Amino acid sequence: MTNSAADPVLSVADLRVTFGERTEAVRGMSLSVARGETHCIVGESGCGKSVTSLAVMNLLPRGAARSAGHIRFHGRDLMGLSEREMARLRGDKIAMIFQEPMTSLNPAYTIGSQMAEVFERHRRAGRRAAMDRAAELLARVGVTAPGMRLGQYPHQLSGGLRQRVMIAMALMCDPELLIADEPTTALDVTVQAQILRLLQKLQQELGLALLLITHDLGVVARMAQRVSVMYAGQVVESGPAAAVFAAPTHPYTRGLLACIPVPGTVRRDEPLGSIPGMVPRIAPGFIGCGFRDRCGSAMPECAGAVPLRDAGGGHTHLCRLLPDATRAPGA
Amino acid sequence: MRLFLFRRLLLAILVCLTVLVISFTLTRLSGDLAASIAGPNATASDIAIITRNYGLDRPLPVQFFDWAGHAATGDLGRSFLYHSPVRELIGARLPVTLTLGLTGLAIALAVSLPLGILAAAREGTAIDRAIMLVALVGQAMPSFWLGLVMIIGLGLDLQWFPISGVDTWQGYIMPGIVLAFSAIPALMRLTRSGMIEALAADYIRTARAKGLSRTKIVFKHALRNAAMPVVSIAAVQLGFILGGSVVIEAVFALPGIGYLAWESITKNDFPVVQAVVLFLAVIYIALTLLADMMNALLDPRLRG
Amino acid sequence: MFVSTAARTGWRLPPVRHLATLLGALIVGVAVVVALLAPYVVPHDPFLQDLNQRLIPPMWMDGSQPEHLLGTDQLGRDYLSRLIYGTRISMLIGVMTVVMSGLIGITLGILGGFYGGRMDDLVMFLITCRLAIPLILVALTVVALVGSSLTVVSLTLGLLLWDRFAVVARTTTMQVRTLDYIAAAKAAGASRLHILLREVLPNIVVHLIVVATLEMALAILLEAALSFLGLGVPPPLPSWGLMIAEAKDYMFFSPWVIMIPGIALFVLVMGINLLGDGLRDLLGADLKR
Repeated sequence: MTNSAADPVLSVADLRVTFGERTEAVRGMSLSVARGETHCIVGESGCGKSVTSLAVMNLLPRGAARSAGHIRFHGRDLMGLSEREMARLRGDKIAMIFQEPMTSLNPAYTIGSQMAEVFERHRRAGRRAAMDRAAELLARVGVTAPGMRLGQYPHQLSGGLRQRVMIAMALMCDPELLIADEPTTALDVTVQAQILRLLQKLQQELGLALLLITHDLGVVARMAQRVSVMYAGQVVESGPAAAVFAAPTHPYTRGLLACIPVPGTVRRDEPLGSIPGMVPRIAPGFIGCGFRDRCGSAMPECAGAVPLRDAGGGHTHLCRLLPDATRAPGA
Repeated sequence: MRLFLFRRLLLAILVCLTVLVISFTLTRLSGDLAASIAGPNATASDIAIITRNYGLDRPLPVQFFDWAGHAATGDLGRSFLYHSPVRELIGARLPVTLTLGLTGLAIALAVSLPLGILAAAREGTAIDRAIMLVALVGQAMPSFWLGLVMIIGLGLDLQWFPISGVDTWQGYIMPGIVLAFSAIPALMRLTRSGMIEALAADYIRTARAKGLSRTKIVFKHALRNAAMPVVSIAAVQLGFILGGSVVIEAVFALPGIGYLAWESITKNDFPVVQAVVLFLAVIYIALTLLADMMNALLDPRLRG
Repeated sequence: MFVSTAARTGWRLPPVRHLATLLGALIVGVAVVVALLAPYVVPHDPFLQDLNQRLIPPMWMDGSQPEHLLGTDQLGRDYLSRLIYGTRISMLIGVMTVVMSGLIGITLGILGGFYGGRMDDLVMFLITCRLAIPLILVALTVVALVGSSLTVVSLTLGLLLWDRFAVVARTTTMQVRTLDYIAAAKAAGASRLHILLREVLPNIVVHLIVVATLEMALAILLEAALSFLGLGVPPPLPSWGLMIAEAKDYMFFSPWVIMIPGIALFVLVMGINLLGDGLRDLLGADLKR
C-alpha cells in the first residue's frame, strides 16, 4: 500500500487480530519495511502495536486469531506457512527482540548456550562454531570480555547487558528483518540511548530492515525513516518520519506531539498537552473513527466510514478532515 | 550458597534433635512402660524386673539423655522382642523398604512427569481434564484397599504377580504401584502447574522467536525450570512413601522396616518403635537436604 | 502480555467443572444426611450378629436376600447398616480432625505470617518438624499406647494434620498483611487481636476452606488405614477400614466384602475432593505454590 521501495522486505496488508468475540486488537493494519529502513510503529499502550509485531511473527498468545490480506516477507506470504515452516524463518531470516530483557532470557541456561542454539538450529553448526559466532556478536554489540560472558547466566548481567545479549542473539543468523518491540522501555535513560545508538549502527552496517515498536516519539524522531502512528488497532497516520513530524495531519498525531515538551518553545505557565481519555476496547464490526470520543474535531460524520487521505509523498492519514483543514495554526 | 547450605544443615540438626525428643516422649505416653512391655498377664515382680533391667526406674531426663547419647553414636538400643540390637534389625530390613520406596517413586515419576507435561501443553482441553481426573482418583484411593484389590485381581485371578513377600523382584511391583498411586497426584499437579507457568514465561516466547522446535521449547526450556519444585516434592514424597510403607508392607507381608515397626507397635517393642520413628525422620530430613542441593545444581541463581 | 481471560475461559468447558462440583456436593450432602440420620435409616441393627446368616451376597449377586440389600458380613451382620454407621464414623473423624488441626494450624500460620521474624522462624521450624515425623507410624504408636477409641484417633490425627493449614494460613496472611486495609486498621489504632480476627482471618478463610476439604479427605483415609491395621477405631464399631480388615480373610471367595466398604471410602473421599476443587475454582482461591 504505502510502498516506499520497489521490493519491501516486509509488507503487511489488512492485518486483523481478534481476542475472542469481543475484542479486535488490530483492525486492518498495513505497513511495509524496506531493506536498510527503520519503520517505527508508535502509539499508546493497548493500541495494538505489540500485537501487530507478534502477529507478523505468528507468536500470538493462545486465544488470539489473526487474518490478513497478506504478510509478505520478500514476496513470500507468511500467512500460508505451517508452524514448522514459520519456525524455520524465525531466528534465521526474521529475528525479534522484546521489551523485558530481565525475563526474556532463560534463567537456567548460560548466555552462550542460549545464543549458540539459534545458530545450531538454523545453520546446523556444531557447538564450537556456534560459540565462536556468539562471542563475535557479543563483541559486535559492545559487550566486553565476550568469552567470559558466554559462560555466565542471565541473572549475573545487568538489564542493559541482557538487552545487548538479546540483540546479539537476534543477529546470530544474519537476519534481514529485525523486529524490536519496545527494546528500551524497561531500561535506564542512559542505557536506552546506548541501546538505540547500537541498533542504529547495526542497522546501517548490516542493511537491516528494522521494525521498531515504541510509545516514545523521541525514539521515533531519532530512529525512524518511516513512521506509522497506531490508534485503537488502526494506522491513523503513516509516512516519511520527516513529513509526519513537520506536518502532522491526524488529530491524534498532533495530540501526541503536543505531549512532548520541547525546550525553548514550551512556556512555564502553559500546561503540557495531554489527550483526555483512554484507548477504547473495540469489538469486531466497529464502524467509524476509533478516536472520535477523544477528538476535539469530532463531528457526527465521524461515526460513519472514515476515508484514507493522501497528503502526497506516501504520507497518508485516516481522518475525515482534509490535510489542509487539519493544519490549523497553533496545533 | 555455602551459607545457605550451612543454615539448612543447622536447621536439619535442630529438627533431628526435636524429633529425638518427640520419639522418646511418644513411647512414655502410656505412663507405665514396664507394664506395657510385660503385657496383661505379668505379675508385679515381672514388672519390677523389667523396670530395673531397662533402667525405667531412673528419672526421665536421665533415661532420655542415656538413650539420646547412644542414639547419637548409632546405638539404638536392644529389641525387647528379638533381644538383638535395633540397629541390626533395621539394617536387615532396610533394603526391602528402600527398594520398595524407590520402585514406588520411579513408577510415580514415570507416570506423573509425562502426563503432567502433556496436561500443561494441552491446558484446558479434554486431555488435560482426563489427566487431572487421574490425579483426583489417586488422591481418593485408599492405598491398603487398592493393595487388596490388586492382590485379588492381579495376584489371584490373573496370577501375574506374587501376592505377598519379596522372594522375587516381581514381589515389588504391586506394592510399588500402590505406593506410586499415593505420590502421583502431588507430583502430577506440580509438574502441570510448573510447566504451565514456565510455558507462559517470556523466555519461552524468546525461544519461539528463535525458531526452536516445539520439542526443544517444551523439554529444554520449560521443563528445566519446572523441574525445580518437582525435585523438591519428589524428595518429600519419597519420605512420605517410606513413612507410609508401614501400611503397604502389612498388606503385602513384606519384611521391611514398616512391617517391623507395625509388629513392634502391636507387641509393645518400644525401643524398635522409637528407633524406626527417628530413623525415618532422619531419612526425610536427609532427603529434603538432598533436594535443596539438587535444586542448587538446577538453578544457577541459587548457586550465586 | 496479552493474556485474554475471555479467550482463555473459552477454551475451558465450564459445564463439566460445575457438574463435578455438583457431584461432589451431592456425595458430601448424602454422606452428611446419612451420618446424621444413621439410627433412623438403617434397615437392621448394625451390631446384631446372626451366624446362620453369614456372608450373604449383595442384591446383584446370586443367593442374595431381599432384606439384606448389601448382604451380610462374616458374623451375619447387615452390611448396609454397617456401611451407614461407618459413614457416621468417617464423617465424625473427618470433622473432628479438621476442627482440631485447623485450630492449631491456622493459629500457628497466622502468627508466623503476621508477625514474621523470629515468630515466623519458629512456626516454620515447627512445620518442618511435623513433616519430618512419620505420620502413620506415630499415629499407630499413640493409639497403641493410649488405647484405641474414636476420640483418641481423631485427637491424634488432629494433632498431626495441621501442617497444611499452617502453611496456607502463613502464606495468605503474609499476602494480606501488606494490603492497605490492614495498614488502615493499624493506623486507626485497632488492637492486634482485633486485626488478626476481624481483618486477617476473614480474608484468608477462603483458602482455609479448601485446605479443610483436603484435610478432611486425608483424615478419613488415615482413619481407615489405622483401623485396617487394627489400631484405629476398636471393634465392633463399623469403621470402613475395620470392615475391610475384618473381612480380609474372606475376600478371596467373596470379594464384595472388601469391595463395598472400599468403594464407599473411595466415593466419599472423591466427593470431598471434588467439592474442594470446585470451591477453589468458585471462590478463586487458587494458590500459587
